Amino acid sequence: MMKFIHKLASPPHFYSISSVLIPWLAITGLILILFGVVNGLFFAPPDYQQGDAYRIIYVHVPAAYISMMTYTLMAISSAIALIWRIKLANAITVSAAPLGAWFTFLALVTGSIWGKPMWGTWWEWGDPRLTSELLMLFLYFGYMALHASIVDEKKADQLSSILILVGAINVPVIHYSVEWWSSLHQTSTLLKIDGPSIATSMLIPLLSTIFGTTLYFLSLLMIRTRSEVIMRQKNTKWVKDLIKGVQNA
Amino acid sequence: MNKYLSIWNGFTSTVKRDCLLSKKNLTQFLNPLLLFILVSASFPFAVNLNESNLSTIGPGVIWVIAILSFLLTLSNLYMHDLDDGCLDYMLLSPQPLPILTFAKTFAHWVLSGLPIVLICPFVAIFYQMELDDSLVLALTLTIGTFALSLIGSIGAALTLSTKNNSILLSLLVLPVTIPILIFGAKTVVLYQNGHTSLSGFYFIGAYCMFALSFSPFVSAAALRIGSE
Repeated sequence: MMKFIHKLASPPHFYSISSVLIPWLAITGLILILFGVVNGLFFAPPDYQQGDAYRIIYVHVPAAYISMMTYTLMAISSAIALIWRIKLANAITVSAAPLGAWFTFLALVTGSIWGKPMWGTWWEWGDPRLTSELLMLFLYFGYMALHASIVDEKKADQLSSILILVGAINVPVIHYSVEWWSSLHQTSTLLKIDGPSIATSMLIPLLSTIFGTTLYFLSLLMIRTRSEVIMRQKNTKWVKDLIKGVQNA
Repeated sequence: MNKYLSIWNGFTSTVKRDCLLSKKNLTQFLNPLLLFILVSASFPFAVNLNESNLSTIGPGVIWVIAILSFLLTLSNLYMHDLDDGCLDYMLLSPQPLPILTFAKTFAHWVLSGLPIVLICPFVAIFYQMELDDSLVLALTLTIGTFALSLIGSIGAALTLSTKNNSILLSLLVLPVTIPILIFGAKTVVLYQNGHTSLSGFYFIGAYCMFALSFSPFVSAAALRIGSE
C-alpha cells in the first residue's frame, strides 16, 4: 500500500495514472449530474413550503459542499507538502485554488438567487453561512494573490502553504463567530443524526448531483494538476521524452 | 549561563531596540495615529447624522478605522530589519527565533496598538459616546489590537519577499481579523444597551490567546522560508 502511494506521488506516475482516470471520472460525473438534474428538475415533487423554487438546491448544495471540500483538500496537501516535501502536493494545492474560488463564487451566486424568493433579499448580512462563505472566497483570493506575487517558485509554494494552514485553523473560528448572529439560513437536511429529513424522491437526485459534481471536480483538478506538473518539471527527462513522443506521433 | 544569552534578555533587548528605533523615527510612529484621528473626525462630516445615531455607529466605525490604520503599520514590522540586514542576524542568533518574532510583535503592539487605545476615548467624544462606553471600547481595542498584531505578524512575515506588499498584506490579514471586529464592536454595543458584555470579552480574549499560541512560531517559520 505504502509503495503504491509513493509511486503515485511521483509526477511521472501520477501523469500516466491520471490519463487513465480522467475520462472515467469525467464521464461518470457528467452522467450522475445529468441524472440528478433531470430528475430533480422534472420528476421530483415540489416542496410543500418552497414550491418549485427549492430546485436550485441541486446546484447550490454541490457547489457549497465542493467549495468547503476544496479548502480542506488544499489544507491537507499544504501540510503534506510542508512536512514531507512532496512536489506533487504543491502542484495539487496550486491547481485546486482557482477551482475552489470558482465553486465558492457559484455557491454564493446560487444561494443569493435562492435567497431572493425565499427571504426576499439577495444578500443578508445576518446570515452566518453567507458571510463565512464570502470570507472563504477572500481567503482563496488571498492565497492566489500571495502565490502570484512571489517570484521564486519554491518560496511561493511554502509561504502560501503556511497561509492556507493559518486560514484553515481560522475557518472554524470565522464560521462560529458569524454563527452567533441570528440566522435565516435553513439548517442542513442531509447531515443529521436521525437520518436525512428530506423525501427520498428529492434526496436521490441531490445525492446524485453531489457525487457527480465531486467526480467532475476531481477530473478537472487532475487535468489542471497534470499541466501544472508538466510546467514545473519541464526540464526533467520524462517530460522531454513525453514531448518527443508527442512530436513523433 | 551567560546572562546575555538568556531568553528573557533576548526578548527585552529586542523590545527596547524597536522602541528606540521608533523614537528616532517619530513621524513613522505618529502618522498612523494622525490618520486614525483624521478619518474618525471626517466620518461624521460625510454622513448626515444626529446625536443618537452617532453614538450607535461609533463603536463599529472606530473599530474599522482602528483596524485600517493599524494595517498600514504592519508592513514595516520586518521590512526595516530586512533592508538593513538585521533580520539575518536574528536568523543566525542563538536566541530561539519565535522569541524574537514575539518580541518584535509585542513592541509593534506597544508602538502602534497602545497609542490607538489611549487616544480612542478622546475620539469617542466626536461620536457623542458616554465615558464608560468609551472606556469599554478602549478595553476591547486593547485586547483586539494585540490579537491583530499577532495575526498581522504572520502576514508581514509571509509577504516579506514580495514587493509593494502593504495592499497584499491587508488582503491576507483582513478576512482573518473579522471575528475580532465582530466581537470587539458588538461588545461595546451590548454594553451601550445595558446588557452584559462579558461574553464578548471572553471571545476576544480567547481569540487573542489562540493567536498567541501559534503566531510566533508561524512567523518564525515564514521568516526562515523567506530568507532561504
